[in-house]
Amino acid sequence: MTTTTHGTPALVAYDDAVRRYDPVIGIEVHVELGTRTKMFCAAEQSFGAEPNTQTTPVSLGLPGALPVVNGTAVEYAIRIGLALNCQIAETCRFARKNYFYPDVPKNFQTSQYDEPIAFEGFLDVELEDGTVHRVEIERAHMEEDAGKNTHVGGSAGRIHGAEYSLVDYNRAGVPLVEIVTKPITGAGERAPEVARAYVQALRDIFRVLDVSEARMERGNVRADVNLSLRPTPESPLGTRTETKNVNSFRSVERAVRYEVSRQAAILDAGGTVIQETRHFHEEDGSTSPGRVKSDAEDYRYFPEPDLVPVAPSREWVEEIRATLPELPQARRRRLHDEWGFADAEMRDVVNAGALDLIEATVAAGATPAAARKWWMGELARRAKQDEVELADLAITPAQIGELQQLVDSGRINDKIARQVLDGVLAGEGDPEAVVAARGLEVVSDDGPLLEAIDAALAAQPDIVEKVRGGNQGPVGAIIGAVMKATRGQADAKRVRELVLERIG
Amino acid sequence: MSTISRDEVARVAALARIDLRDDEVDRLAGELDVIVDSIARVREVATPDVPATSHPLPLTNVFREDVPQPALPVADVLASAPDAQDGRFAVPQILGEE
Repeated sequence: MTTTTHGTPALVAYDDAVRRYDPVIGIEVHVELGTRTKMFCAAEQSFGAEPNTQTTPVSLGLPGALPVVNGTAVEYAIRIGLALNCQIAETCRFARKNYFYPDVPKNFQTSQYDEPIAFEGFLDVELEDGTVHRVEIERAHMEEDAGKNTHVGGSAGRIHGAEYSLVDYNRAGVPLVEIVTKPITGAGERAPEVARAYVQALRDIFRVLDVSEARMERGNVRADVNLSLRPTPESPLGTRTETKNVNSFRSVERAVRYEVSRQAAILDAGGTVIQETRHFHEEDGSTSPGRVKSDAEDYRYFPEPDLVPVAPSREWVEEIRATLPELPQARRRRLHDEWGFADAEMRDVVNAGALDLIEATVAAGATPAAARKWWMGELARRAKQDEVELADLAITPAQIGELQQLVDSGRINDKIARQVLDGVLAGEGDPEAVVAARGLEVVSDDGPLLEAIDAALAAQPDIVEKVRGGNQGPVGAIIGAVMKATRGQADAKRVRELVLERIG
Repeated sequence: MSTISRDEVARVAALARIDLRDDEVDRLAGELDVIVDSIARVREVATPDVPATSHPLPLTNVFREDVPQPALPVADVLASAPDAQDGRFAVPQILGEE
């Protein structure tokens, strides 16, 4: 049997694996809340501060320090719970999760155990082709983040011959909400897609709720991916592995795929999957064993004696519910209706990340169809060519709105509009300014136009004869010549009118 | 009746990073037995309609405004570090860490 570097039998091809096994996923997502201060003390929390400049006796776990709950963090947790269709606990409490690790200075993490603030919810997750998969939410609970360890290798380190870690406690005590799904079944071969779409949907919700910046690359949102296989959807759940800290959408998808292939290989060989935590490797999308579950996993939870229970009044919960913003899925449905796009068009818009751009362009005065035409056509082409995201193009929805108004008012035509686009993208200013600076305005004074028409008529007397004889077909050749002579700046409709008048 | 074994005492001590001698393990097994027995007697009178209590005060919802207060000066923070480097605590590497 061939083995990989991680001691796993050769992988089973994914398509083959999902033909013979039913994957079941479970996802734990941690989100760092965007409060100004930490969960249990008033130290400021912000990304990128100098190490250990955002600590207090509470976040350092100094003797005698007493925590006090950040009310805003509780409100954010309730917002998240409500957005995920959860029930909000009438009363809940914090608990100590005891373990020894240098990034947890108190020797316990303050978390919630048997009484989470939110429970029994669901999220309908939309896949790229429009299929909706319901993910049941088991619970969402409040807790605090740990500090950040940086490992330093022995050879370069100051401690001779030793490997050691450097710890920054700025992140220790930053409010977190952990959202735990029930086993996600029924996804079949699409399990990786469902996992990815779920985490992406959560990220979108955190942003619209304004509870977190939810930037994956900063670790604001982190996912642990559980996966198990069973022979058929009717079989009992198999043994699962938990792949920790999968921190991008793509990685979530890859981690699921890899574990499906890896576990299928073990089961095919008659082996048993070991229940363990695993590490994800960004460079090749593989996973490798982490700590084996052992005594160290006995966290000896008990109720936190230094904090009183949190009992959100029903009035407060309803007040928060009433101020929830429109959630991403509802917004997509509303815009779909308002814009009248076909289903496939709408999906393309969403998948291209053009929803916000088109909405803003419509707000700037363009019709939905015109806004879609620009962003999904010419601009999408240029973004692809430059290998950037649509939103990162050096042009704003307001500028596209202005450009479209120039076209609608007949001051420029579609062809010229592309030149204006070039100017805006090149940093020459707003469309009006580009038109003025480049002298692109459609020629509306008939004088120079008539000169060009007369020249074209004189050059092609045979066509003039045909048109006079009642055959308007060849008139296009004259119009083409005029447009060429005016470098495309003439209004073709007006040219046609004048040509026919002239020929009379 | 002894309900707490020596093994259990040793295991809990290991989890709590407390280094116990053999005679201490014996003594604590006995003492913990007394505590467990006492709790067992409380359990006899605690009917299901008595809610579990995690806190003696009749208080809920003690919240703090989300307003930053000054943090500890870094020099003070690092003064309690066994060793420090680049403004951070230097600690032995933990086994199994990547």
